[in-house]
Amino acid sequence: MTVTATAPVDPAALTPLGLTTESLDVGYRSRGAWGRGRQHTVLTDLRLTARAGELTVLLGPNGAGKSTLLRTLCGLLPPLAGAVRVAGRDVSHDSALARARRLAVVLTDRVDPGLLSARELVSLGRHPHTGFTGRLTPTDHGIVRWALDAVDAAHLADRPAAELSDGERQRVLTARALAQEPEVILLDEPTAFLDVPSRVALTVLLRDLARDRGPTVVVSTHDLELALRVADAVWLVDRTGLVHSGAPEDLIRSGAVADTFDADHLAFDAHTGTFGLRRPVREEVPATAPPALLPLLERALAREGLAVRAPRTDERPRIQCEASGRFTLRTADGARHPAGFHELAREVRAW
Amino acid sequence: MTAHTAVAPATARAPVSGRRRRVAVVTVLAVGTAVLFVLTIAVGSHPVPLTDVVRVLAGSEAVDPRWEVIVHEVRLPRALTAAVVGAALAVAGAQMQTLFRNALADPFSLGVSSGASLGVAAVVVTAGGTAGGFTGDLAGLGRLGVVLAASLGAGAVLALVLVLSRWVRSAVTLLVIGVMIGSAATAVVSVLLVYAQPERAQQFVVWGLGSFSATTWPDLAVMLPVLGVGLAAALLSTKRLNALLLGEDYARTMGLNVRRSRDLALFGTSLLAGAATAFCGPVAFLGLAVPHLTRVALGTSDHRVLVPTCMLAGAFLALSCALLSQPPGTDAVLPLNAITSLFGAPVVIAFLVRSRRGLQGVAQ
Repeated sequence: MTVTATAPVDPAALTPLGLTTESLDVGYRSRGAWGRGRQHTVLTDLRLTARAGELTVLLGPNGAGKSTLLRTLCGLLPPLAGAVRVAGRDVSHDSALARARRLAVVLTDRVDPGLLSARELVSLGRHPHTGFTGRLTPTDHGIVRWALDAVDAAHLADRPAAELSDGERQRVLTARALAQEPEVILLDEPTAFLDVPSRVALTVLLRDLARDRGPTVVVSTHDLELALRVADAVWLVDRTGLVHSGAPEDLIRSGAVADTFDADHLAFDAHTGTFGLRRPVREEVPATAPPALLPLLERALAREGLAVRAPRTDERPRIQCEASGRFTLRTADGARHPAGFHELAREVRAW
Repeated sequence: MTAHTAVAPATARAPVSGRRRRVAVVTVLAVGTAVLFVLTIAVGSHPVPLTDVVRVLAGSEAVDPRWEVIVHEVRLPRALTAAVVGAALAVAGAQMQTLFRNALADPFSLGVSSGASLGVAAVVVTAGGTAGGFTGDLAGLGRLGVVLAASLGAGAVLALVLVLSRWVRSAVTLLVIGVMIGSAATAVVSVLLVYAQPERAQQFVVWGLGSFSATTWPDLAVMLPVLGVGLAAALLSTKRLNALLLGEDYARTMGLNVRRSRDLALFGTSLLAGAATAFCGPVAFLGLAVPHLTRVALGTSDHRVLVPTCMLAGAFLALSCALLSQPPGTDAVLPLNAITSLFGAPVVIAFLVRSRRGLQGVAQ
């Protein structure tokens, strides 16, 4: 390697931007008595890539090692073997400060921001860029403003961080990570404490952030359906400790998603990309309903252990649902007209 | 969901009002501290007129030459001690609260003061040195030895608590451990005192009640530089302390060398608590309360503002306590710890009840 004053070939042009792992082993080194270290490997030989400008989602059941992997990627745990590279450069060769300028995190720990305003909390992200005294220059203030804007939190800037809702706080913590101006942002279950609208908002925001502003974004989550819808790429840790990677559709098609998450009562539907309750069907019922209402009828009946089938040509449907919302049930005793799905469900429960 | 490019109009105004509040708090504290400083010098068994106090402080002669002696030899050292020790304990408390991420951490509650007492007792009993607050005409090495012993004792306890804090996650458990270590240290002290000469033991007990009035200029020649170093170290580490506000993991991912920062803060806090305790005895309440009061008054946990303001607020409160411990017109000197606790505890409770966020400044 020669050092020259002229601009060398930009290594970023040759190596892929984003985050790559190279035969990475992650796990814990516990320090035994008298210095005998014992290794507990969680995941081995990971060769993963998260591209710049994309949202990569890390999925897996509880205890599969998602957090261990993320903590290793962000340098809180040393890799047991292999390397983590950002834009082709091994981060373990960087100083902690240099790494902080390339990699930022949002951790699962619920932070107690104390008496900091949202703006002050985001300003903490400037730590690796400020001088000895930590004084913020106008440029730093500009970047803090930019980061708050990027997560749609400009209006929260002067609110005490302790008074923010969970969703707002996650956005502000994401802004703090952005204020580090990193190439890679890692988020460990950022949607864990959020209600559904905030989850969707944050996940979509993270994808837009990656798309519009270009960082590599890696998120671990339990929010399967949402992740499979929004993510550009998925790293799926299965029960055997293998990590599958690809677009969500690739993993659905290969069956990896279903293999990992299917359980006694849960079934992944590859068509809709959603999870359904797996319940034994005790009877198939001939029923008709307009297309708009058919899925609802199927759900309501599935809860009662009944499946909908199209009536044969010579058969009168036992359940008839009209577009007006009028139901007709035909039993041996005659026809009945329950008002709404609730009454319908109670009627058919006795069948 | 695209980011708004326009800055909301509300964002432009509020930080200004925040800054105004901080300027107001600092101004009030600075003026108050100056006034109390003069008052502390004026009040005592022989009151000195305020005008003469100011004249002596300004370097001109007082009406009565005796007043000059009183101000120079007795009152000024006392006021200086109170101001600087108050600042030192406050800053030590603020650092410990951030370091332990525990709202109840302070030199006294975590047994650091007891560690310092142990150091002092060891020196007093074994080497026969004279601690500040004792008869104390012996300057130089004897004094330094006491300060060193107190700082070592404080540092040892602090290090022990910090090491245990790596295993013990619960703030309350840690605090109980601190109290236990403190009482163990106190127990060793009482055993040591059995072997001390009776008058020494008596002096030690009096010293343990806390006092700002037992320091002389030779004492100050040792104490001021030591505390100055500790305070300067705290001022220089505000950026590190800020990074620790979100916890050690976040601090690490922001590029902070957490271990080194912790060691530095440990060293600085031992110096501050150790030296302050060596000369004034273990002083309760100041280290715990001042950081909380300051945080609430400023409305921020930002150490770049908090640490300097803590110094002012610590000096302010310590001077108030010094003033109260010498009821004017009498010769009686109330134990400092009685004042700090009696007047301090209700203030803290009132503040915390009124602003529930007070404790959240660092709580888990």
